Amino acid sequence: MNAIYILWLRQMKRYIRSRTRIVASLAQPLLFLFALGFGFGPVFEKAGHGNYIQFIAPGVIGMTVLFNSMFSGIELIWDRQFGFLKETLVAPVSRISIMIGRTLGGATTALVQGLIVMSVCFIAGFRVQNISLLPMAILFMALMATTFTALGTGIASLLHDFQGFQLVMNLLVMPAFFLSGGLFPLADAPKALQMIASVDPLSYGVDGLRAALIGVAHFGVTTDLVVLSAFTTVFLSIGGYLFSKIQL
Amino acid sequence: MIRAHDLTKSYGAFTAVDAISFEVAEGEIFAFLGPNGAGKTTTVKMLTTLLKPSSGLVEIDGLDPAAQQNEVRKRFGIVFQDSSTDDELTAYENMDFHGVLYKVPKKIRSTRIESLLKLFELWERRDDPVKRFSGGMRRRLEIARGFLHTPKILFLDEPTLGLDPQTRNQLWKHVQKLNQEERVTVFLTTHYMEEAERVAHRIAIIDHGRIVAQGQPAELKTLTGTDSLEKAFLALTGASIRDEESGPSVHMRNMAKMFGRR
Repeated sequence: MNAIYILWLRQMKRYIRSRTRIVASLAQPLLFLFALGFGFGPVFEKAGHGNYIQFIAPGVIGMTVLFNSMFSGIELIWDRQFGFLKETLVAPVSRISIMIGRTLGGATTALVQGLIVMSVCFIAGFRVQNISLLPMAILFMALMATTFTALGTGIASLLHDFQGFQLVMNLLVMPAFFLSGGLFPLADAPKALQMIASVDPLSYGVDGLRAALIGVAHFGVTTDLVVLSAFTTVFLSIGGYLFSKIQL
Repeated sequence: MIRAHDLTKSYGAFTAVDAISFEVAEGEIFAFLGPNGAGKTTTVKMLTTLLKPSSGLVEIDGLDPAAQQNEVRKRFGIVFQDSSTDDELTAYENMDFHGVLYKVPKKIRSTRIESLLKLFELWERRDDPVKRFSGGMRRRLEIARGFLHTPKILFLDEPTLGLDPQTRNQLWKHVQKLNQEERVTVFLTTHYMEEAERVAHRIAIIDHGRIVAQGQPAELKTLTGTDSLEKAFLALTGASIRDEESGPSVHMRNMAKMFGRR
């Protein structure tokens, strides 16, 4: 228990101290929010879909959580490269508690980043439909954060250096975002795109966020919750398994 | 305290450690001396639960590292060949993190961290992030950390690699002090002969995965009819230069890099 806490605390300390990373990782979602939100807004409205900022804000929040949690998971490569991983793996602590501590730490930082972007969305004119559903939005963010941190940890367990990092970002993280329905309504999308989106965990996270924040959902909030929780369980198990197999 | 019998590790056709046997008594400083790629680090990994032996027997304080992993891990501290601190955390936080992982009670933890950081002359810098530390300071911190949970054995894998003579000298003074005061058994690997001669009670010389000789420094000199340990070392291991790439870990690292690039 203490081991999980100290690993979580370490991630928090590192997060708070890396101000440049906090600012840098906020830049991208804000660019999407402002450029796409205000740029496509009029077109979206003319097509009869309503306010685009309202629609895109949950997508941008989901994107923030996705990017930050994947990055936190992948940070494991750094720990391996700079040697700190050995210090934790040789301690009389079970691998699974190390994995849980790391994942909770990474997920918390991603959640905090998501909440910061959510506040910026409010400043940009985003309005919540029903304030009492805010805890449900946070639940969806936490689930997404845990899912993707576990996924990142699992992938990083297989990688030995930074070479693979760019590959993961380009082949996994970017598609996961662009094909999730975060930027466009899935209902009007071609069937093929809908199919891809339906196997993307982020689709359910963003859909759940929309349900909680603006009262609109494509899959339905129950489906979102069930499917996303299933993804969380599966990725935690796979990530935990791969992490337990790391050899120094 | 440490016992290895016919300990072997092979990777496919390559045998990194070949049926070595030795014993280290409680309170002893034992040096594992050998050229690059001789199998020193592989041996340390097998003794410290990080690698499963292909065959043979290991006992740490009477326990089997493979079967009683956590019990064995509580009994030793280890300083790895390369750095293993968190650069973003301060010296104190690195120590505290270690203390929590090893379940050192809070009260004992803070007093012991203070006395160790003072001994290793890092107390003034305790609140500085480790990234601002020099190589020697990092090493001192890692050794201090290795002692934090009052281990029975301290493993030091080439702890003085790349350090200046002053730092090395001071490091060994501290290690010897703690060896005497706390009766910590020390198992170290090095390829600096004069260090082994100065601090170790007994030395084993390892080459190509085999122990070619072991005994007190004086015995090794008599054995080879030489007047310095360096000459004894060269007499036992030959004078040819070792290719660093002969080590299996280096080989595997290269393989991993090759696949990683694709």
